[in-house]
Amino acid sequence: MYRYSEFDDAFVRARVAEFRDQVNRRINGSLTEEEFKPLRLKNGLYLQLHAYMLRVAIPYGTLDSRQMHQLAHIAEVWDKGYGHFTTRQNIQFNWPKLADVPDMLEALADVSMHAIQTSGNCIRNVTADHFAGAADDEIEDPRPTAELLRQWSTDHPEFQYLPRKFKIAVSGSPNDRAVTRAHDIGIRAVRGKGDETGYEILVGGGLGRTPMIGKVIRSFLPKDDLLPYMEAILRVYNLSGRRDNKYKARIKILVHETGLDELKDQIETEFTARRRVFPGVNQRLLESLNAHFAPPEFVDAESSEYELRRTRDPLFRTWCDTNLNRHRDPNLAIVTISLKPVAGTPGDATADQMRTIADLAKSFAHDEIRVSHEQNIILPHVPKAFLPRIHDRLKRSGLATANIGLISDIIACPGMDYCALATARSIPIAQEISQRFDELRLERKIGPLKIKISGCINACGHHHVGHIGILGLDRAGVENYQITLGGDATETAAIGKRPGPGFSAEELIPALERLLDAYLTIRLSGNETFLQCYRRLGDQPFKTALYPDSARKAA
Amino acid sequence: MNRIVRDDGFHPDDLEHGEFLTLERLEAGVEAPVLLQLEPDADPSDLPRHFAWISGIRIHFPNFTDGRGFSLAARLRQLGYGGRLGAFGHLIADQYSQARRSGFDEVVINELMAARQPESQWLAKSGWRQRSYQAHILRSA
Ligand code: SF4
Repeated sequence: MYRYSEFDDAFVRARVAEFRDQVNRRINGSLTEEEFKPLRLKNGLYLQLHAYMLRVAIPYGTLDSRQMHQLAHIAEVWDKGYGHFTTRQNIQFNWPKLADVPDMLEALADVSMHAIQTSGNCIRNVTADHFAGAADDEIEDPRPTAELLRQWSTDHPEFQYLPRKFKIAVSGSPNDRAVTRAHDIGIRAVRGKGDETGYEILVGGGLGRTPMIGKVIRSFLPKDDLLPYMEAILRVYNLSGRRDNKYKARIKILVHETGLDELKDQIETEFTARRRVFPGVNQRLLESLNAHFAPPEFVDAESSEYELRRTRDPLFRTWCDTNLNRHRDPNLAIVTISLKPVAGTPGDATADQMRTIADLAKSFAHDEIRVSHEQNIILPHVPKAFLPRIHDRLKRSGLATANIGLISDIIACPGMDYCALATARSIPIAQEISQRFDELRLERKIGPLKIKISGCINACGHHHVGHIGILGLDRAGVENYQITLGGDATETAAIGKRPGPGFSAEELIPALERLLDAYLTIRLSGNETFLQCYRRLGDQPFKTALYPDSARKAA
Repeated sequence: MNRIVRDDGFHPDDLEHGEFLTLERLEAGVEAPVLLQLEPDADPSDLPRHFAWISGIRIHFPNFTDGRGFSLAARLRQLGYGGRLGAFGHLIADQYSQARRSGFDEVVINELMAARQPESQWLAKSGWRQRSYQAHILRSA
């Protein structure tokens, strides 16, 4: 875990004081509403449909029990007793009052947390693989790099008023769990010729109304060059990105309109000049950052209790089969705690649930917690012997849903329930899907399947990269749900394709049932996943299932 | 009357009556030290050969949300410009620290802004050297 230096602590506290002052200056008229807006956004305060929302950064998704306890406390004191974990490893509080926000920020600073740059047209909080430091396929832990980027991007004087928001994700493994290809910049640890590690840099990925997969702009960047190279990309973007149309302002459009090669030349020229004044400084710094993320000391624990419980308790066994991932140490497991109970709100956790998770992490799991972009919570270092006790405790708190990677493990944006931009509901659709397939008892039979739902074209629910994506639109005042098929968020990233017209809210669930029935019929075996089946057969059989009545297609 | 904001507060604009040339005018050739005004989309790559003739540069901020001027200032400093550099147009006190850290010496504001955001609000930002993560990274490396 990264421990704040005196500098970090002084910085976040000064920032809270500054924001308190900005709120007062808004009230006394020194700042206009227009001027206040980007200032509050940079501090995580967003205006939603019904109220303000405070989005708190969980840098690269890592936190400890003390921080989780504080989030629970904030949820109880200043919100309605719960929080919402998001697809960008943030937590959102949906009901704060403007006057309370400086106190909330103060409470965050008390546990080395903040809400800086979680919104607005700046470099957003950096995300990383939620299995960092635990996964068995890792080239290196991506968090020291992500922390370096957090520091570098925080209040960077040049990049606070960019054409549009800017998202960076870091992955340390060949298996991409950080969706690096759908970010403005994706950074992937790679091995060079002499076995030294460096970065592959991707640029111009993004979802939204013009989804694009990021392109490789540097296949191997030495680690020392990371910051000057980032500055070169950001400077070219800041100066040349479009400011005339907010839907064309992301860097992906600049890449598209300028052409990758031309843009690459501009960036390389800027990089050469930049490196002269701002030399590679991060190697030594990275080493000192590495020390913060040194793995905890794992002790060999007796795991017979775990084996025994597996044979005796089918519920436990099912949960283990879906919610555990392999840890690099065979005595440990990575536990994913599902925040997707049947018919619940994806990503929501009550204050009590947060405390349960915090206590479990503290007692049994080296005091580390992660938030995944799939809106679940992870205990990355769990000795297997403790799994039965953890499962028992999770069951009592409604946190033992065994559905990771399955049809009810849905990513859904807030949609019409909270978001001012929404054109349709998103959360209730997720709830209906999980309920229906639970009734049908088909979840396990269907196997690995990622459904992702967005409540408008901005695509915060990542629907483009869902195996099945659902996009809620408004057609003359009526909700209409478009389906996309074949999307993929991993290292084999792909944008899903639309097989045909959308469905009304009532037609949607039956359409999904037909679609998945067809899949169960045509798959080669129980081992062929939906995505593999789709890739093998193309969309024709799925189209037929979705639109059996071609007359309706014509309408 | 415009005000110039520096770390020690407000000053009258000593260049209020100065004649600022555009980049095109400068490139047409000059024979005495001149003042230059740059729009945020200016390309400064050819500017170094004129540096000897430039006694001051001001970069225009058409709107405070348009951050191009910060990068343009940083680029000018990177190109070796060591002379006087000011930002003018729509900037707010909350941007003073970013302006200074991007390479500006001063910010020029009009009377209305000076009344709405008086000197004390700008002076509150004069400690911009203390809390820069970018400087902190350089120190730690
Ligand atoms: S996708 Fe649209 S509705 Fe959903 S959170 Fe984003 S902006 Fe709001």
